[in-house]
Amino acid sequence: MIWKTRLAKWYMQFDDDEKQKLIEEVHAVVTVRDAKHTNFVEFRNFKIIYRRYAGLYFCICVDVTDNNLAYLEAIHNFVEVLNEYFHNVCELDLVFNFYKVYTVVDEMFLAGEIRETSQTKVLKQLLMLQSLE
Amino acid sequence: LVEMIRVIRSARTQGEERGIIQKECADIRAQFRQGDNGERSHSLAKLLYVHMLGYPAHFGQMECVRLIASPRYSEKRIGYLGAMMLLDEKQDASLLITNSIKNDLSHSSQYVQSLALCTLACMGSAEMCRDLAPEIERLLRASNCYIKKKATLCAVHIIRKVPELAELFTPSARSLLSEKNHGVLHGAVVLITELCEHNPDTLDQFRKAVPELVQIMKGLVTSSYSPEHNVAGISDPFLQVRILRLLRILGHNNDTASDAMNDLLAQVATNTDSSKTAGSAVLYETVLTIMDINSESGLRVLAVNILGRFLLNNDRNIRYISMTSLQKIVQTDHNAVQRHRGTIVDCLKDQDTSVKRRALELSLALVSAVNIRSMMKELLIFLSTCPPELRSQTTSGIFNVAERYSPSKRWHIDTILHVLTTAGGDVRDETVPNLIQLITTASELHCYTVHKLYRALVKEISQQPLVQVACWCIGEYGDLLLKGECEEIEPVQVTEDDVLDALETVLQSHMSSPATRGFALTATMKLSTRITDNVDRIRSIVSIYGSCIDLELQQRAVEYNALFKKYDHMRAAVLERMPVMGKNSPGHTNGDTSGENKEPDPSKPKPVEAGLLSEPASQVCDLLDLLGGTDTPLQPNPAPTSTPTTTSSTDLLDLLGGLDVQLQMKAPSGNVIPAHGLGQVTQTVVLNNPNKASLPCLFLCSCLSH
Repeated sequence: MIWKTRLAKWYMQFDDDEKQKLIEEVHAVVTVRDAKHTNFVEFRNFKIIYRRYAGLYFCICVDVTDNNLAYLEAIHNFVEVLNEYFHNVCELDLVFNFYKVYTVVDEMFLAGEIRETSQTKVLKQLLMLQSLE
Repeated sequence: LVEMIRVIRSARTQGEERGIIQKECADIRAQFRQGDNGERSHSLAKLLYVHMLGYPAHFGQMECVRLIASPRYSEKRIGYLGAMMLLDEKQDASLLITNSIKNDLSHSSQYVQSLALCTLACMGSAEMCRDLAPEIERLLRASNCYIKKKATLCAVHIIRKVPELAELFTPSARSLLSEKNHGVLHGAVVLITELCEHNPDTLDQFRKAVPELVQIMKGLVTSSYSPEHNVAGISDPFLQVRILRLLRILGHNNDTASDAMNDLLAQVATNTDSSKTAGSAVLYETVLTIMDINSESGLRVLAVNILGRFLLNNDRNIRYISMTSLQKIVQTDHNAVQRHRGTIVDCLKDQDTSVKRRALELSLALVSAVNIRSMMKELLIFLSTCPPELRSQTTSGIFNVAERYSPSKRWHIDTILHVLTTAGGDVRDETVPNLIQLITTASELHCYTVHKLYRALVKEISQQPLVQVACWCIGEYGDLLLKGECEEIEPVQVTEDDVLDALETVLQSHMSSPATRGFALTATMKLSTRITDNVDRIRSIVSIYGSCIDLELQQRAVEYNALFKKYDHMRAAVLERMPVMGKNSPGHTNGDTSGENKEPDPSKPKPVEAGLLSEPASQVCDLLDLLGGTDTPLQPNPAPTSTPTTTSSTDLLDLLGGLDVQLQMKAPSGNVIPAHGLGQVTQTVVLNNPNKASLPCLFLCSCLSH
């Protein structure tokens, strides 16, 4: 199976080849898990919170001290925003509009933390930004 | 752009894709050189897509810088995106955009400002942060909510990169707490958390803000109406979680702060609906906070109960995190956790390995003298079905708790035997000597033990540790085995031939490791003094192995042969029963432990198996092997050996006959004796003289190989 990265946002400093290696490692760890596993995996000295939606895995890598469930909710929040913004989003939407997806990410997460949690507010901002194009 | 993506996706092989990408990159490079402004942003977008697929895109960096400086919003946006993806601290180009960012931070359009903030927060290097920190601070205080949100998180990034700048943000952070906007509040709480984590003085300062935070939380919990931030019925769970976390840091080790929070925490704990993940997230954070501050005991019990409720939840995630927290508190709140022991043990059967691991650790921590029998049953069941990566952890855990809490020696031995049969391959190396030591101390069970081990040996010989222990026991207590009767186990008639057959099978099997073979050979040899009829058979076995390829076996065989031939008169003494061994005695004190353990048989002469035949070098007695294998449980003696003196050929046994002393053999300084007298191995013997009897002499001897 070939796995492609649709979006990768880094909040810590890594070289390009380190980034590639990390992506591959995360792929390897997350894709072998199925429904009977928890949504949390220990990874190096962090942990990965992930959620699978159809053919896409959304993974967030956080410190071990962070609250797993809160980030699980954050992933779902993010996906719901994407859904609204792209009107029933599907994977191709994310592929062809990848730069827009980055904008959504930047509205909701910043500096490695959750930034805005209100879906209505985020969507309002996104529409404003779109009108500037 | 869309066209390009489509073309790339239609490539069917990796090679084809690479070809397309190369062509596109060449086009893009040409585009950049031309400097046609209209198309620039599209080219960069294409380049970013290519980069996301994993291809190098360094040549786009300068382009990013140029686009950021452009006045048009769309170009700026792509430029900044490119900067975030392609540039990082190590690239020189990142410094070039510092100026652009600075200008954009004061731009009239808030969207441009936000782009700049975003980029700075994402990849700002320490240099850039230092330059731009004052700007950020200004924005923190005087701007609209949208910008403030970003500015606070940007400040968090700055502090992480350059901790010294923390004081710059402290005053503004405090005032931000009075904001009504959730987003800003959230950012402010994160900022304050970061400030407190970095600097304990700031922590004291912000303690005064605890009442304010408590107010905010109360508002969140009670007012059920806030549709914007509502997630499954909980108003802004993210903000709640963050505030709880900050409260945790502020209340840690501080009574006044903790008191102020007690009511709130109780309220949150009881009122939050945990049927959905969002509620559970808040409850979980509450529990962590309660555990970490100086809360009153009623509150702690409440927290443990919440965790217990989590354990029963259908959602595996929740069970997992509940066990993670229980693990942390099992030492301090042991009794409270004990109440949930049943559920934890059930989790051992979960299908997710990480859940199993947590359950295992918790179960091991919860074993006590009261519940040891039932817990061990569960643990043994678990061992037989557990995944391979957990086996060695399980076996060592089982051994540890068995050692601490076993209700009787027989139970202990049974348990260890059970583990060895189920998972013999995954036990630690010192298990074998530990078990042997345990067996020697349980003198009343020698008969039972040897019978059981014999039966296990006959059944199968693949588990090396089990086979090793069995061989050793048969060698030591073979006479009890042959007697045939034993009170605790049904009697089975075992003939000498049967026993020798079993040992020979071990010797010959390809499954036996060299160490195991050594055990078997030595056991066979020891039996020569304990059986009556088949001594010749033993002699022949031993001599066969005199030409074995394995050096260790060959050496032993030759030495035993010599024992038969030249030193037959000493054979009985040499091969006598071993004394009770002291466990882990570093250096001395076997005298003490022999007081605690029951002396196996007072009629047996105490100085034992020393066989210190300090004959001239041509003689063959190897002390190492007389102890029944290289895996002696005795600890190496750090004391230096004194000059080896050789006496005349009298046996130490005679010298010490009648004295109330005990000989303790220390592990030899080496396992392998080099051939042909090329080296020497030192075997240290310590004489323990608890009663201070006067000794004729004290010496240490060294063995030389032939």
